[in-house]
Amino acid sequence: MAPNVVPMDYTKDPDVKLPMQLIINMPELKENPFKERIVESFSEDGEGSLSFNDFVDMFSVLSEMAPRELKAIYAFKIYDFNTDNFICKSDLEKTLNKLTREELTAEEITLVCEKVIEEADMDGDGKLGFADFENMISKAPDFLSTFHIRI
Amino acid sequence: MSGLGAAAEPPSWLRGSREVFPPEEPGAAAPVGFLQQLPSYQSALRRRNAPGAGTQGRRAAQQGSWGRRGAEARGPEQDGGEREARPAREYPLSIAEKRRLRVLQQADTKYLSGWKQWKRASNKSLKKALNEVKELTSYLELWRHDIHSIEGKFGTGIQSYFSFLRFLVLLNFIMFILMFSFVTFPSIISKYGIFNSTFANIPPQNTEPHCTVYTPSGNKGLVYFYTYLKDLLSGTGFLEVTSLFYGYYTIHTAWFSNLSYNLPLAYLLATFAYLALSFIWIIKRSVEGFKQNLVHGEDQFQSYCNKVFAGWDFCITDPNAARLKHRNLQYELQTDLEEERLKRKIADRTVKEKLRIYSLRIFINIIVIAVLSGCFYSIYRATVFSQENSSDISNTNFQANLLVQYLPSIVITLANFIAPQIFSFLITFEGYSPAFEIKLTLMRCVFVRLANIGVLLFSLWSQIYCATDECKACGYNYKLYPCWETEVGQEMYKLTIFDFMIILAVTLFVGFPRKLLVTHWSCKLVQWYGLQEFSISDNVLEIIYGQTICWIGTFFSPLLPAIATIKYFIIFYIKKISLIHTCKPAARPIRASSSNFFFLLVLLIGLILSFIPLAISIAHIPSSKACGPFRSFNTSWEVVPDTVLGFPTGLQQVLYGVASEAFAVPFFVVICIIMFYFMALAGAHKRVVEQLREQLVLASRDKLFLIRKITEAQRHP
Repeated sequence: MAPNVVPMDYTKDPDVKLPMQLIINMPELKENPFKERIVESFSEDGEGSLSFNDFVDMFSVLSEMAPRELKAIYAFKIYDFNTDNFICKSDLEKTLNKLTREELTAEEITLVCEKVIEEADMDGDGKLGFADFENMISKAPDFLSTFHIRI
Repeated sequence: MSGLGAAAEPPSWLRGSREVFPPEEPGAAAPVGFLQQLPSYQSALRRRNAPGAGTQGRRAAQQGSWGRRGAEARGPEQDGGEREARPAREYPLSIAEKRRLRVLQQADTKYLSGWKQWKRASNKSLKKALNEVKELTSYLELWRHDIHSIEGKFGTGIQSYFSFLRFLVLLNFIMFILMFSFVTFPSIISKYGIFNSTFANIPPQNTEPHCTVYTPSGNKGLVYFYTYLKDLLSGTGFLEVTSLFYGYYTIHTAWFSNLSYNLPLAYLLATFAYLALSFIWIIKRSVEGFKQNLVHGEDQFQSYCNKVFAGWDFCITDPNAARLKHRNLQYELQTDLEEERLKRKIADRTVKEKLRIYSLRIFINIIVIAVLSGCFYSIYRATVFSQENSSDISNTNFQANLLVQYLPSIVITLANFIAPQIFSFLITFEGYSPAFEIKLTLMRCVFVRLANIGVLLFSLWSQIYCATDECKACGYNYKLYPCWETEVGQEMYKLTIFDFMIILAVTLFVGFPRKLLVTHWSCKLVQWYGLQEFSISDNVLEIIYGQTICWIGTFFSPLLPAIATIKYFIIFYIKKISLIHTCKPAARPIRASSSNFFFLLVLLIGLILSFIPLAISIAHIPSSKACGPFRSFNTSWEVVPDTVLGFPTGLQQVLYGVASEAFAVPFFVVICIIMFYFMALAGAHKRVVEQLREQLVLASRDKLFLIRKITEAQRHP
């Protein structure tokens, strides 16, 4: 992607990072509404720049071979927009807007968010912790087949 | 990791507690001491920090408590015996830490005995070898690249249709190999005397001579060219005497230099074998989807979560497909909300409204039954007419003759096309929820398609059964059908060919012109009509219909699976081209998980329905005395008791015992009891899962309450 920045020889473990802009323009990620969040979740420094190790990590988790628990952990990170380790109502609203490109009315968005929290929240705190999320994902039949990228 | 910034204090390995208890709780740091001592928390920590670490592993590594982890890792291994360490790939750590973990794991092995070391190393290399083999075999998979690209462009729902098509191609190919190697191949080599083989053709005893007259008019002498075409399309003439149809296999035993090969028995057993093989293969494939459906039930109790978190297909790379997916998700969410509203409305219905709706539903069901009876009656009349007039050889008008031959197929295809349209129109008046509407319409369409084949076979048999005494001596209508199995085989052959031609014709002559019209003519009406939608359920029902015909027809026409394989092979490419160039994906998306199970379920229904005509033909209707391998038997099934009589007496007694009522009835009762037991078990498990969920919620609320009390007590001692 950036032949002038990335050296061919990695044996000396050079510290090269690619900026987020370059990565989210990859054909595999270009159409994904969550591309910025994906890159941020795998980046060491939290800003979105990926070193080679982070890059390989990202595609390894998103490949077909990765186990469900691993994918659930990173999916939780991706959907947690404000990174407070909970998926709260505002995170859900942002997710929905990204999914439907803001075509739903505000009332519909509120209804859907309420339904999601009602379905998945186990401990009754009004937002989804990691335990709730993992429990819900283990029952979602499509998760494994949709949460992977083909390269 | 950005999350680290928020956790300046308390230390990282307490993050587990922060995920259960809200951080805004005042004085959360104070009762933390209690929380660490809770036995459930300790065991969760131990589980997470052992070689199966979660996110805490990462923080712990960064904090440099590597040694503690290493000790903990060794701990459970020493008391729990050898625990298989998971490969480093499965940990949610960055690559650098995975490398460190691998070094640690390799250092661990030095503490194990030599035997355990060797075992571990051989396990690892075995796993590696298996992975390589799996990768290699995935390259041999048929159409791997095509299906991948379809999945990328059109999503997983449509991809499941093409995977299903590939499964049918493979199934038909295996069926063809089975029938060919056990039935056709021995017949051919013994008829042509290759490998020093001969065959014995025992004439039937105890039958009237008029039953055994069969002169298939294979074209002799000069005939018009179009006769060959007619024969190719309708299986008569020169095709009738080939190995395509039952009539060719008029051999009783084949001899291969001292080895005798009982062809009738082989024919019957090959039939049972392909039915059993299809049954087992379909069940094996559908077990996965069935488990999901059983545990989660019909009501999608997590539909919103599933759509929000697992709705976006990360494989999509095409901007058009992405736009479509956004619209699909929006449509799905809106439909779900609409259904909620409708459900509430239904619950609020008054008694008067309910009465009105129910009487309307009864009326519409009567209309549906009337439509179905109309279809069945027209198929019956068409078949009878076709059978009576096609044996009229003096009719040399090529087109008219072909039309008469194909009349049943035409009527069936028309019925299969019109009836679903009527059903989807009628169901809008019945006031069901949208999800139930789709299901009910699909069920009705499935019923129409499969019942049509049944009616065709029934009308054929009504022709074969006879009334006169002379005819009763043979057991079947020997005048019209000296070799009735070949007739049935020809009908199945015609149905297959016609089905294939219709699919080709619709794609070429309806799909492409429509696309041309929509692209080049911007009239409003045309634009509203739009492109053809790739309706997954209609396409699937089409190929299941074709497959049911193949299953029924293979007994009468052993090479039919080969034709079906070629047919589905070509259909794959036709559908793929039609999808890419002339279709827009359906507005109502079907989810891949439930649709896979649904396809296989309907296929299974088709297979079970095809058992019935075959059972009747094999066991009830007398076999032809003029052709075929079962000439010297009353019915085709009789070859089995005949062979059993040739077994040693001990084995015979065992077999008779197994087949007698004294064994069958208790066996059936035992199977019923076992089935009820498993059903009760599944129901009990479901209830237990519900109860445990409720208990979990209550338990965490209890914890919150206790924490609050403790904090208060600590503040005011």
